[in-house]
Amino acid sequence: MEEWDSSTKSALTQIPLLSIRAGPRDGAAWTQRLKEEYRALIAYTTMNKSNDNDWFRISAANPDGTRWTGSCWYVHNLRRYDFLLQFDIPVTYPATSPEIELPQLDGKTHKMYRGGKICLTVHFKPLWAKNSPRFGIAHALCLGLAPWLAAEVPILVDSGMVKHKDEEAPSAESCA
Amino acid sequence: MLCAPGCLFCSAKIEEHIVQVMSTVKAGTSRRSKVKDMSAEVVDSNPYSRLMALQRMGIVENYEKIRDFSVSIVVSKGVQSAITDILTKGGRSRLHIWDVDTGLLGNVSHHFFHREQVGMTKTDAAVQTLSDINPDVILESYSLNITTVKGFEVFMESLRRRNSKNDGNGRNTGVDLVLSCVDNYEARMVVNQACNELNQTWIESGVSEDAVSGHIQLLIPGERACFACAPPLVEAELALRGLRHYVFGVVASGVDERTLKREGVCAASLPTTMGVIAGLLVQNALKFLLKFGEVSPYLGYNSLKDYFPTMEMKPNPQCVNSACLERQKEYLLEKPARDALAKAKIEAEASPKNEIPLHTDNEWHISVLDDSDISALLSDELPKGLTRELPCADEHQEAAMLGDTSVLADDTDLEELQRQLDALNAS
Ligand SMILES: [Zn+2]
Repeated sequence: MEEWDSSTKSALTQIPLLSIRAGPRDGAAWTQRLKEEYRALIAYTTMNKSNDNDWFRISAANPDGTRWTGSCWYVHNLRRYDFLLQFDIPVTYPATSPEIELPQLDGKTHKMYRGGKICLTVHFKPLWAKNSPRFGIAHALCLGLAPWLAAEVPILVDSGMVKHKDEEAPSAESCA
Repeated sequence: MLCAPGCLFCSAKIEEHIVQVMSTVKAGTSRRSKVKDMSAEVVDSNPYSRLMALQRMGIVENYEKIRDFSVSIVVSKGVQSAITDILTKGGRSRLHIWDVDTGLLGNVSHHFFHREQVGMTKTDAAVQTLSDINPDVILESYSLNITTVKGFEVFMESLRRRNSKNDGNGRNTGVDLVLSCVDNYEARMVVNQACNELNQTWIESGVSEDAVSGHIQLLIPGERACFACAPPLVEAELALRGLRHYVFGVVASGVDERTLKREGVCAASLPTTMGVIAGLLVQNALKFLLKFGEVSPYLGYNSLKDYFPTMEMKPNPQCVNSACLERQKEYLLEKPARDALAKAKIEAEASPKNEIPLHTDNEWHISVLDDSDISALLSDELPKGLTRELPCADEHQEAAMLGDTSVLADDTDLEELQRQLDALNAS
């Protein structure tokens, strides 16, 4: 755990752990697992808001809860950068974690696999494996996505790969 | 019209799609016509004469049987081109190629792509190119993410689908072997899931993220460790440096990796390493299908040291994969019949033939483990220089055990929880 900063660690310890080992093909057990996922996400989001550290929105994009979409943001030099966020729950979940995607950043950084999947730190998968099935979506966001944004967004902004929305040419108006 | 090149959700149109791909083969390229029988005659016009010579030399009993086999290849990148190329030249009859991405310009250098194929899915391009190399091979291509629920269903369906040659063979699938050439742990776990459920033997392959080592592994559900039975292996020093194998990858110790860093990149790529692994994979696929030689349960390759460790892995009776446990149970039940068969075979072979001595030297530095080494491994000791890449899951009290209603009695409405999250999201 020495690989994560103290705020990540303290957030992680406050997210409720899950207990049901069930994936999207497991019928009723998956529904129960989904309830645990929601409880953990609700707790994590509430905690972020009360700590003035709200940084993502995520909700199920289909009734089975196998695809999730939303957004996340990161503040760098007092400006907020927003990104679309999406992932599928793999059939082997929770033995394997969801592969978090930021489709708008696909091709803009080497810290990404094809399709905009973020390249997680080497410490993420071992920790996930060790804690399966107790970690869920909220843990993946906390341990996977949050540190990635903190490490990569400043680089992407400073190198000009990512522009703040105010700086992007207002497409419709400028054509007039 | 297809909704997208290679879109598998139009599964009814797969054949039409194949025809379409085949017909886009460039006019004017000299294509040889199909060969009806594999002749052993050594003439320029016979593309199979050298392969059939294996038969004359007594190495393979019946090479022509190769045409009865059906192989499914799951690829994400890298080893694909070498593998499918070799398999095609070997004269395979039916080849499924599974892939997850569309060819982008950056792929041109190390895949099948010819410049004019940019924009086609990688599998379609492969089908087109391979049909040129060997029109005798029947190729089917698929492009979608098998880790999703929908993709997995299509994947399972394609494995189950039978053709006339192998129908009614008592198996669950229409393929003889699955070859996995994917580049990530998640996809391997999915292939593992499908093969465990279908009781399908498969060979896994991989190249490390630092591109200097790789491995192949034969997985027989119930008999050998499945991919979920044991955490992947990695060379101890590399693990500390953050260079990963999401594989049962093996490298020798004692190599100075101080020059290897993972700053700013996810993974490296070296076509020669991929070529070696592809060669080992297909060689062992041929050995397995045509029943010659021995297929190592696990064969590693460290290019820096020219080190080829081998090892055996027994299934884990506590594997978290329930299909794996079912296969293990079946394997144990079949033990008496298997023992009787093995005994009969030994007796039949007791009449001496002209035997070639095994391992007269060891010029290829292949390290073979003897029985005592293997029993040491079973007590969870690993060959020198290896360590597990992922830890075993901690002891965990299963909440969702059958009959345990304490958790399943959570009757809070799922929709109520969704509403709560939505409300938080809206505020
Ligand atoms: Zn297993």
